[in-house]
Amino acid sequence: MYIAVKGGEAAIRNAHRLLDDRRRSDRSVPALTLDQIVGQMALAVDRVMAEGSLYDQELAAMALRQARGDMIEAIFLLRAYRTTLPRFAAARPLDTFRMRIERRISAVYKDIPGGQLLGPTFDYTHRLIEPAMADDPPVDEPMRRLSEAENCPRVTDILGAEGLIEADGQAGSDGEPGDLTRDTLDFPISRDVRLQALARGDEGFLLALGYSTQRGYGRTHPFVGEIRIGLVDVEVELPEVGFPVGIGRIRVTECQMVNQFKGSAKEPPQFTRGYGLVFGQSERKAMAMSLVDRALRADEFDEERTAPAQDEEFVISHSDNVQATGFVEHLKLPHYVDFQAELDLVRRMRREQERPREETESVQEAAE
Amino acid sequence: MESESAFAEEGRRRAMSAFAVASPRLLSEAWGRFGDDADVTPVRGPEIGLVMLRGRIGGGGGPFNLGEASVTRATVRLSSGEVGHALVLGRDPQKARLAAMFDAAWQRPDWRERVEVEVVAPSLAAQEEADRKLAEETEATRVDFFTMVRGED
Amino acid sequence: MTHSEAVATEGGFADPVFDSQAVFAAIMDAFARPGKIVDLGARATAPAPMPAAAAAFIATLADFDTPIWLDEGLGQVPGLVPWISFHTGAPLAGKPDAARFAVLSDARELLDLGRFALGTPEYPDRSATIIAVLEGLDGGERLVLSGPGIEHEAFMEPRGLPSGFLAAVARNNALFPLGVDILLVAGAKALALARTTRIRSA
Repeated sequence: MYIAVKGGEAAIRNAHRLLDDRRRSDRSVPALTLDQIVGQMALAVDRVMAEGSLYDQELAAMALRQARGDMIEAIFLLRAYRTTLPRFAAARPLDTFRMRIERRISAVYKDIPGGQLLGPTFDYTHRLIEPAMADDPPVDEPMRRLSEAENCPRVTDILGAEGLIEADGQAGSDGEPGDLTRDTLDFPISRDVRLQALARGDEGFLLALGYSTQRGYGRTHPFVGEIRIGLVDVEVELPEVGFPVGIGRIRVTECQMVNQFKGSAKEPPQFTRGYGLVFGQSERKAMAMSLVDRALRADEFDEERTAPAQDEEFVISHSDNVQATGFVEHLKLPHYVDFQAELDLVRRMRREQERPREETESVQEAAE
Repeated sequence: MESESAFAEEGRRRAMSAFAVASPRLLSEAWGRFGDDADVTPVRGPEIGLVMLRGRIGGGGGPFNLGEASVTRATVRLSSGEVGHALVLGRDPQKARLAAMFDAAWQRPDWRERVEVEVVAPSLAAQEEADRKLAEETEATRVDFFTMVRGED
Repeated sequence: MTHSEAVATEGGFADPVFDSQAVFAAIMDAFARPGKIVDLGARATAPAPMPAAAAAFIATLADFDTPIWLDEGLGQVPGLVPWISFHTGAPLAGKPDAARFAVLSDARELLDLGRFALGTPEYPDRSATIIAVLEGLDGGERLVLSGPGIEHEAFMEPRGLPSGFLAAVARNNALFPLGVDILLVAGAKALALARTTRIRSA
């Protein structure tokens, strides 16, 4: 039986109005501008874009403000917005080799060609809250040093030149990558679809899974081959003109994880790899993604799948925080009828359990 | 002939990419010196949509879908007949329209040189300057390792 | 600017939102009532000989995610592929079974429907819709239609169907829930035959 219940319209209307009020809070304090959010909460904006799977800083800032800073709510807003737009084209794959680099480090080679460029990193900060920053103290312009155009080869290419590491991975059979926003996931899935899912996956979930591999649940012996952050050109083949044109630039973070591998009958001992690529400046996410990417490749290397991070269906089915929040949060919706049924069932079971005892007692009484 | 058309194609490609990264202000101010809006007929858009961005597995392998980006596209026709197209990142209909107008203007032999000088060159110069600033600021954070020599020989 | 580039940009919907909504409503009506002739209007004009109804259908329903198959006759029409590309963003399908929409100018192509995507048991909707260009939708042999969307019987009299068409439709019917859906077009007019529509001679 299904009973529709109406009501609550006024309560909902007033709740929305109250929400608006609480979001704006004290009117004597100036409202946040989108420029402020994009500029000063840049990494929050980046995370909303990455997990919202839509690169648009202004929209992400709008979503963050509307969501009162609730990241998953903002990600949800961005995902909902993207479903209203037509897809015009697919861009040519981003060329991260030609990135305009803002940060580039390697943990495997000290003297890597192109050098170690720290960029705007939290590393080496003291992680102490600075009370002086409660106000808006003047901030120095960054130092500049003459830069000579120097190639930054990828660390994996350096190892690759010696034949000590596996090659870049290949996509599915026809070269056209799978798209989880168009086709439902049918496990097992190929690595291209996995990477798409991980790129939009929840940072916290992937971080925890990556951490679990380090603690022994699917160990992969990882080294950070290289992390690079910077701007890449986006090029799209325009059918109208018949050639690719640049349409602008975006910021991405790339992580090449180098992992150990013993070798097999077919392959000589060589390093294996995990890969991470994320919208915006998001080093932690890119690292976690590459750890999980490598862990999920267990079958390729005949590794026994024993840990959660190696279980493709488990990882990919639960990495999307919009799906996860939808299913968890739906529990707060009215379940009055379902619960009534359960309540009736428990009462009936209780009665049935008590009846035989009563009957036994009355039989005993009669016998006495 | 073939190399000539390839040369023209490369020129238009470079110009269209320059319009896409130009500041909206550069485009609108420059258009004020070029044409009359009455000479421009919209053919399609401007309309906002998405482009799927792709990465490569391992950085150089097979492609995978990374996520989408918002874009705006426009197609216009000048009264002189040239059809111009634009596809630019972001949601700025006016900028996309201007970029399409300049793509059309670039195709007019009598305007091409001026478009190159007044729009393409300043746009690319501004981008180069931004690139240099980024590179120099990053360069200042380069780690110069010092190696301590210990012991004797 | 090339010639085909100029042709390609012409002939789209004057008002993309309202034109596509009107055409969509007419197509829905046609598939809800198989055999009923609907007018898709002269809203979109593709290079000849693509009829107005086929142009309107493609301009309404095709997009970047729907590869299109053109038979040999249409594939050679100058400017048609750029027209479809500009107005819809749809790519050409490399082979028939990769297409979501197929436009056939030669009705004999209707005899081999099995080469198009028929859907899968999990996703019967992943099948092709076939748009077949005929000489006319009236004045031909009288055929009787039955099935979902038709209370008792409906009739159609299209001109230019190949012999063997009824058998081809029967084979398609037998695949249900899989199979293709068909739209017969002539000029601005269209008539739908769903995969569930059965056809026999009067």
